[in-house]
Amino acid sequence: MKTILYIVQKEFLQIARDKFLRAAIIMVPIVQMLVLVYAATFEMKNIKIHFVDQDHSQASGELIHKFSASPFFVAVDPSEDVWTGEENLKEDRADVVCVIPSGFSEAIGTGNSTGIQLLINAINGTKAELSYVYCQAVIGDFSNRILAEKSMMAGMGGIETRPRHWYNPELNYKIFMAPGILVILVTIIGWMLTGMNLVKEKERGTLEQLNVTPIHKYQFIAGKLIPFLLIGLFDLTFGLGLARLLFNVPVEGSLVVLFTFATIYLVAILGIGLFISTISNTQQQVMFVSFFFVMIFVLMSGLFTPVDNMPEWGQKINIINPMAYFIRVIRMVLLKGSGFADIQRELIAISIFAVSTNALAIWRYRKTV
Amino acid sequence: MIVNCQNISKSYGGIQAVESVSFDVEEGNIFGFLGPDGSGKTTLFRILTTLLLPDNGSARIDGFDVVKDFRKVRNIIGYMPGRFSLYSDLSIEENLDFFATVFGTTLKENYHLIRDIYVQIEPFKKRLAGRLSGGMKQKLALSCALIHQPKLLVLDEPTTGVDAVSRKEFWDLLIGLKEKGITIIISTPYMDEAGMCDQVALMQKGKILSCDKPDEIIRKDGQQLYSLKAENIYQLLKDLRKYPETDTVFPFGQDLHYTSKEKDPDLEKLKSYLKERGHEKLVLAAITPGIEDVFMHLMEKENPLNEKL
Repeated sequence: MKTILYIVQKEFLQIARDKFLRAAIIMVPIVQMLVLVYAATFEMKNIKIHFVDQDHSQASGELIHKFSASPFFVAVDPSEDVWTGEENLKEDRADVVCVIPSGFSEAIGTGNSTGIQLLINAINGTKAELSYVYCQAVIGDFSNRILAEKSMMAGMGGIETRPRHWYNPELNYKIFMAPGILVILVTIIGWMLTGMNLVKEKERGTLEQLNVTPIHKYQFIAGKLIPFLLIGLFDLTFGLGLARLLFNVPVEGSLVVLFTFATIYLVAILGIGLFISTISNTQQQVMFVSFFFVMIFVLMSGLFTPVDNMPEWGQKINIINPMAYFIRVIRMVLLKGSGFADIQRELIAISIFAVSTNALAIWRYRKTV
Repeated sequence: MIVNCQNISKSYGGIQAVESVSFDVEEGNIFGFLGPDGSGKTTLFRILTTLLLPDNGSARIDGFDVVKDFRKVRNIIGYMPGRFSLYSDLSIEENLDFFATVFGTTLKENYHLIRDIYVQIEPFKKRLAGRLSGGMKQKLALSCALIHQPKLLVLDEPTTGVDAVSRKEFWDLLIGLKEKGITIIISTPYMDEAGMCDQVALMQKGKILSCDKPDEIIRKDGQQLYSLKAENIYQLLKDLRKYPETDTVFPFGQDLHYTSKEKDPDLEKLKSYLKERGHEKLVLAAITPGIEDVFMHLMEKENPLNEKL
């Protein structure tokens, strides 16, 4: 036990002396919170919409006005012909072209159904999807109002859906993204620092000197793990504080639950970092392998796209993606107020991870060359 | 006998780094391994220090097997790798403290052991190890290797790349440690250091060519050595190689060192042979061989007509 303490002490001394590391531990959370959360938002404003009004009626004017009044749309110069609209779409001057055909108002007046054509730039699929949903909302609203007017005249009722978004009533993307970014933050900090640390000892030859000492393997691995676990937890606390301060991210659940899970999660991640560095000989190798896996883990974690939208095999892969578990858990705990009982499955899974990655690291770490 | 090594072999992917090496080291001796780069010294040392498993053979240190009782071996040896391997971002003091604590001891407890060495670097104890000069680094590494009071010190080329004065100082320290009863195994590419050892093993291509006291190695070799000099050294070397009675000839500083196949060579015949080939200002003298001569001689016997100059 004492030996572990000495190694931990030595690590902290070295970290404290490393200007780059010191800066990274403080700056990474700040930059990630400030930049990534804003950048990774799905919220869309200022969708450029081009109207081709071929009807020139009061009804078409009302519809256009409805769009313009919405904070999501900015109308660009309209035209009479669809061709100009298409040209605008091509030149990126418009994101959406809305064609209102002649006879639009007449059809409404006579109670016939009519259509509107939407041309959407789908280079960016997500943006196209969102633009469409926003357009539909505006048009749907417009259509409902007409229906309501008509039904009032005819004395009929309609069905109106009034959605309420639980756990995030304002559909604020920031409070949804910030916890996810926190997971990326502690993952990268923990994984990279441990991975680089052990292999650095190999590169510098200090490991050779250490290996002739009577330090046990488990003491060595524990001595390497504990400092970075503490740093990871510190960064999580720091990042969470920032998230609360900047975006008012709610903390519905218990922090004990969150930090218990985070600790086990970090042990698992540090184990991966250590394992990679036991099988690598240079920092480049560690960087390359880590980059590869972190990329896959992040993209599949459900941070940007809901895991449920992935094909079945993708969801299966996520069984071995520790990040997916933590992202789910941190959102559940922070936004929904989940307790230990609710995250039982994730807790068991991540514990298995923690044990196996560290067992692997201890097993692969050779005191002989 | 503190070290007993029998038929140790180790190969790396088809290359035989150490081939059936056997030797014993008496307690309190300085045992030197001499040999060119790549002769297998470091591999052998790594096996002795439990960092590498031998393919064949066995080695015991103070009765403990380096494979089976590796943990006990690690407690009684101090190892100084060929390359500086202390923490360059820790200070002298911090390095010493760290290595003392992982061995379950303290700097204070074993201060007497390293005092002679440590006093030389103590004024800089707050300085980071990475900012020390080569000689100081060596002294720090030696202090760290000694901090747990090992019975055996294994030093892998500690004087390589160190200036002549520091080398001399370093050897003085080793002699001091020997007097304290610590056994030392040391490797070096410098032949002049062989004379300071109690026992010397000459290594080449993973094998021990000869192993004995330095004087004995020279005596056993038993060759009369001649030093030759002439205007054109290179031509002289080529001509000597062609001379039928030549056993070995190799450049040594400004001269050539020459041995003959004959027990009692006819020097006049040799001189006239060389004069015929137009060598001027020829100087020939019988000299006492040094360890380097023996080494070169043994090496040439192993690989006849070593063309490397």
